[in-house]
Amino acid sequence: MTEAIATKIDPSLLTASTDTGHVEICMDVKNLNLFYGEAQALTDISFQMKKNHVTAFIGPSGCGKSTLLRCFNRMNDLVDSVRVEGEIILDGKNIYAPDIDVTSLRQRVGMVFQKPNPFPMSILENVAYGLRLQGISKRSILEEKVEWALKGSALWDEVKDRLDESALGLSGGQQQRLVIARAIAIEPEILLLDEPASALDPISTLKIEELIYELKSQYTILIVTHNMQQAARVSDETAFMYMGEMIEFGKTNEIFTNPAKKQTEDYITGRYG
Amino acid sequence: MIRSDIQSWFKGGTPWIWLNAGAIAIALVAVFGLLLLILFRGMSHFWPANVEAFHYQNNESALTVIAEIIESETVPLESLHNINLDKNADVGDEQGNVTRYLVKTGNRDILGSDFRWLYDIDLIDREQPENLMALERIEWGNFYGYLTAVYEKDKDGNEQLVADGDRAWTAFIKHLHRTIDIREQILELEQGDIGAINYQLERLRLKEKRLQLDDELTETEIKKLTDQRKDLKQEYDVLLKQTQKLYQQINRDSIRATVMDGSEVTIPLEKIVKAWQPNKMSFLNKIGFYIHTLWAFITEDPREANTEGGIFPAIFGTVMMVMLMAVLVTPFGVIAAVYLREYAKQGVLTRIIRITVNNLAGVPSIVYGIFGLGFFVYFLGGSIDALFFPEALPAPTFGTPGLLWSSLTLALLTLPVVIVATEEGLSRIPRSLREGSLGLGATKAETLWRIVLPMASPAIMTGLILAVARAAGEVAPLMLVGVVKLAPSLPLDGNFPFMHLDRKFMHLGFHIYDVGFQSPNVEAARPLVYATSFLLVVVIVSLNLTAINLRNRLREKYRALDG
Repeated sequence: MTEAIATKIDPSLLTASTDTGHVEICMDVKNLNLFYGEAQALTDISFQMKKNHVTAFIGPSGCGKSTLLRCFNRMNDLVDSVRVEGEIILDGKNIYAPDIDVTSLRQRVGMVFQKPNPFPMSILENVAYGLRLQGISKRSILEEKVEWALKGSALWDEVKDRLDESALGLSGGQQQRLVIARAIAIEPEILLLDEPASALDPISTLKIEELIYELKSQYTILIVTHNMQQAARVSDETAFMYMGEMIEFGKTNEIFTNPAKKQTEDYITGRYG
Repeated sequence: MIRSDIQSWFKGGTPWIWLNAGAIAIALVAVFGLLLLILFRGMSHFWPANVEAFHYQNNESALTVIAEIIESETVPLESLHNINLDKNADVGDEQGNVTRYLVKTGNRDILGSDFRWLYDIDLIDREQPENLMALERIEWGNFYGYLTAVYEKDKDGNEQLVADGDRAWTAFIKHLHRTIDIREQILELEQGDIGAINYQLERLRLKEKRLQLDDELTETEIKKLTDQRKDLKQEYDVLLKQTQKLYQQINRDSIRATVMDGSEVTIPLEKIVKAWQPNKMSFLNKIGFYIHTLWAFITEDPREANTEGGIFPAIFGTVMMVMLMAVLVTPFGVIAAVYLREYAKQGVLTRIIRITVNNLAGVPSIVYGIFGLGFFVYFLGGSIDALFFPEALPAPTFGTPGLLWSSLTLALLTLPVVIVATEEGLSRIPRSLREGSLGLGATKAETLWRIVLPMASPAIMTGLILAVARAAGEVAPLMLVGVVKLAPSLPLDGNFPFMHLDRKFMHLGFHIYDVGFQSPNVEAARPLVYATSFLLVVVIVSLNLTAINLRNRLREKYRALDG
């Protein structure tokens, strides 16, 4: 973990290079197939995720973006009938290998959901939840880490005087930033954002987008979004998905200005979806 | 035109709204009517009503009846011929009806019964003499009469007149207070200190037998036991002397009183619980007296085959049994529901289990009683006795109906309710919260413990509320597994281990049945049936309110997110 933090703050990475040659690969997805019982939800997906980049998944509803996202922290395991084939390599190991500990994987790959889901506890306890799971119970350490995480998610100034109040009293946008703070409090390497701004008003959305831009320097971020402007604004790479297949994957700039596939162009220009 | 009006009236749903409102109104009227009935019938019993002297002329003789009117009714004259009262045809009102009163005459020891009917047509005169005295006695029920004199014994046992005439009442009250004080001291000595010594002696006896069974009864042990016994015996002798002295003192005073036929009786003060002059009391006095009587009813032990005195042991037993039941049923129910909902593979088998659990709630409660008697009392209790209490055998310790088995039987009875409610609660926890917790690296068990169960706690409480409501009102199974007409001691006292789960106990529901149907004195018992019913309702409602209050707090704390 300490090594990971050390690489995260490596200044050479802060200026995100668009040249793939100089950037580390964070996750390598190889021939991923996913089935819900008999029905195939993801078909032969292969791509590489770059470290400290933001990768966005776009595509019409039901195309498998969220399902794909949930493969990275094995959230799909919770559904009884799911079967996954193929590999996702993280640090040289397939995360679907039998000897992988799912809980420690989820500590490395944090996730933020579409709707803010704060626990019915105080603000402090929400952020400290993951830390407590790791066995940290000393109040001073918890408070320190909570402050760090809340500052990281740009919420500190708004809640520092009411850390002991219920998290349910926060506004939607604040709740979503709280949930991001909760995710980064345990210092993951990768953040999965599943339409993090879709339930928020425009101003809150803007704040979240700014936050994503800042978090990029420390985390590798995957974001699922319906909003193409958002994808264009925040991401470095974009993947367009349709009917469970990854139609096109490339630099955001190129996908939006010069898509290689007709389907991508049709979707981006709003002809369907 | 009218037709379309009616049509639109129907279409608008107005008739259905009226129907619903009507149904609810009927339900409310029924519930409150019932409550008011038992409240009025039960609580009016404690009111110190005026006592009247009825001058009564019968065919044979003239006599005076001193009594309290309990109720009056109008009956047709013909029916009176059937009960062999020879009446002239021209009495009664125009319809040929007469009014008759049910009066409480008290003085059961003199008259043979407490109650009699008086007929309007025979009454010559009725009055409310100021100096009429009513007594509540330890035996034989109430006494009504006129106080004439107060006596006390001197050292040689000769009775000396203390006061008579106008000063008798004040002297009597003063002496009565003294007697009541002594009686309380005796009770404290007998039930507290002497009871504790008896309990310790019994434990010593069991210890000796146990050592004997284990072949460890050595000389030193015997000596130790004998010494302990000797100490206890000494303590006992001291206490016994104290009690005997108190008994002598309590026997000192007595009063003379005349009853309605003019004869004089002697009543020792030790037999008197309280005394009052109802016709002299002001309204405020009566209210004070009423509250005092009601309080005594709630806090005192029953007397005279449960038809007199209080019902405290029954209240205590009911509350204790229900609480123990709640403590037992909650973990079982919650664990079962968590397994069914969270861990078991959902399929045909879990569906069958769920249907079975739901049907368990429909099994008649007496069947649970039989099961409790057969399994808990005889099998489990018998095994426990054989294993842990061989020294007491053949007298059973746990192999006999008792508090623990009653609570367990009722826990079984209410288990389905808790399981169903908990499952319902678990299924309502938003998926997003579970995922949020799992996404932070929590295991399923950690998520359950830290997020799901706290959030489901209001639903668990709902299950518990329903369980308590059902258990507190249940009587039939308890008659088989632990409730008795009169328990010698409470299941909770100052003797180690303080909580005696093996003891039998009293229960309000059974008390109602016992007083109402097994009582030798039906008329006297009737108001107590109402009063006890009302208290049972009060106990259940307050248990429920406590639980509901707790649930609302939990709800506020774990307010579920919308969606």
